[in-house]
Amino acid sequence: MNHIISIHDLNREQIDNLLSKAEKVSTEFSGKMPLHGKILSLLFFEPSTRTRMSFESAMLRLGGSCMNLGGVEVSSMAKGETLADTIRVVSGYADAIVLRHPKVGAARLASEFSDIPVINGGDGAGQHPSQTLIDLYTIKQSMPLDHIEIGLLGDLMYGRTTHSLAYALTHYHATIHTISPKGLGLPDSIKDNLKERGAEVIEHASIDEIISELDVLYVTRIQRERFPDPAKFFDVSSSYRITPQLLTDVKDHLAVLHPLPRVDEIDPAVDLLPCARYFDQARNGVNVRMAMLMEVMQ
Amino acid sequence: MINEEERPTLVINPIRNGTVIDHITAGEALIVLRILGIVGRTGEAVSVATNVESFELSKKDVVKIENRELKAREVDRIALVAPNATINIIRDYHVIDKKGVITPNILLGVLKCPNPCCITNTNEPVLSRFEMSNKKAVCTYCDAVISSDISSHII
Repeated sequence: MNHIISIHDLNREQIDNLLSKAEKVSTEFSGKMPLHGKILSLLFFEPSTRTRMSFESAMLRLGGSCMNLGGVEVSSMAKGETLADTIRVVSGYADAIVLRHPKVGAARLASEFSDIPVINGGDGAGQHPSQTLIDLYTIKQSMPLDHIEIGLLGDLMYGRTTHSLAYALTHYHATIHTISPKGLGLPDSIKDNLKERGAEVIEHASIDEIISELDVLYVTRIQRERFPDPAKFFDVSSSYRITPQLLTDVKDHLAVLHPLPRVDEIDPAVDLLPCARYFDQARNGVNVRMAMLMEVMQ
Repeated sequence: MINEEERPTLVINPIRNGTVIDHITAGEALIVLRILGIVGRTGEAVSVATNVESFELSKKDVVKIENRELKAREVDRIALVAPNATINIIRDYHVIDKKGVITPNILLGVLKCPNPCCITNTNEPVLSRFEMSNKKAVCTYCDAVISSDISSHII
């Protein structure tokens, strides 16, 4: 069974293969319906706009159909059904599942109970491999992936996208610069693991001290929904903001990425600069997810 | 003056049938008892020696349990807190089997994941699963790492 659960499960060759498929997918399958007659089940137990809609768009563009869970409140989960049972049942209705769930490891569990391929659409503060592939794809549109200097800015404690991206970039020998509000730094276990994989991880107190050396700046939102203590969220919210002034002395090819949604961590005036790549990044979601669907369903 | 040879010593009597767990890391014997579910009310005849001198370990603990042979899953748990332990099976006062413990690479249903948001800490029908790597246990589901005080996570 061909599941996509974690970026850890993919080696460099598999990542390169998916990125290469994503580059060709829109032209290769233009006017064709390779997934005609196939059904994709979208099981989203947490809110989502981009992930859910771009998977849906990807499936429709490939000629397939989608089946939505609807709200959790109208599903059998509201009656206390386990995720394992839900997956067993749904795997009889569809040809693949995209799962988003608040519990970490939910997609791994789902893959153990499913008869059809499972793609992880984000499991709590855990993994979100399709986002990582989109991030890599967007960087690759601007520069080769090898040996880049990337700055990870924001909530690096709870931000799953930064963890997955950092892991994936160890395949490409990136230097990882981290900048985060107090108390939201990269967890030691992840830092140690990145170092064990040969990555250089450098912590900075402020974005100003490193911005001019970066090839990629990856900005994340402070995720209110992941904070166990709401008071701590208010202590750190609005503690950083990317403005055009900050981006005056940067490399010509700098790419500013953000998994979106943003709140106020990027000034809308930055949207007009050539380095602003976050809306391209969101748009790339469709091609990358088309490649993923083809990978698991063909 | 008491002659050295005549000095009274505290001796744990040999057992007729059962298990002797020797070379337990000094101070871990009570955790081994907990792993085995042995409390005062469970009825087994148990002898415990802690911090006794050992040629190999300088100090060690020893546990003798009468009329009980250990299951593989109990041995796996003991290996986590006493990686140098030896398990001696005794029948009619003779050691009929003696083996060391091996920390398994995969621990299934042995440790409770410390991450409260991990799917294994829900009502889902799934056992916790950890992979051992460089003396650290890594959760297969959420990547949580247990690097110290592993015994406090044993289920």
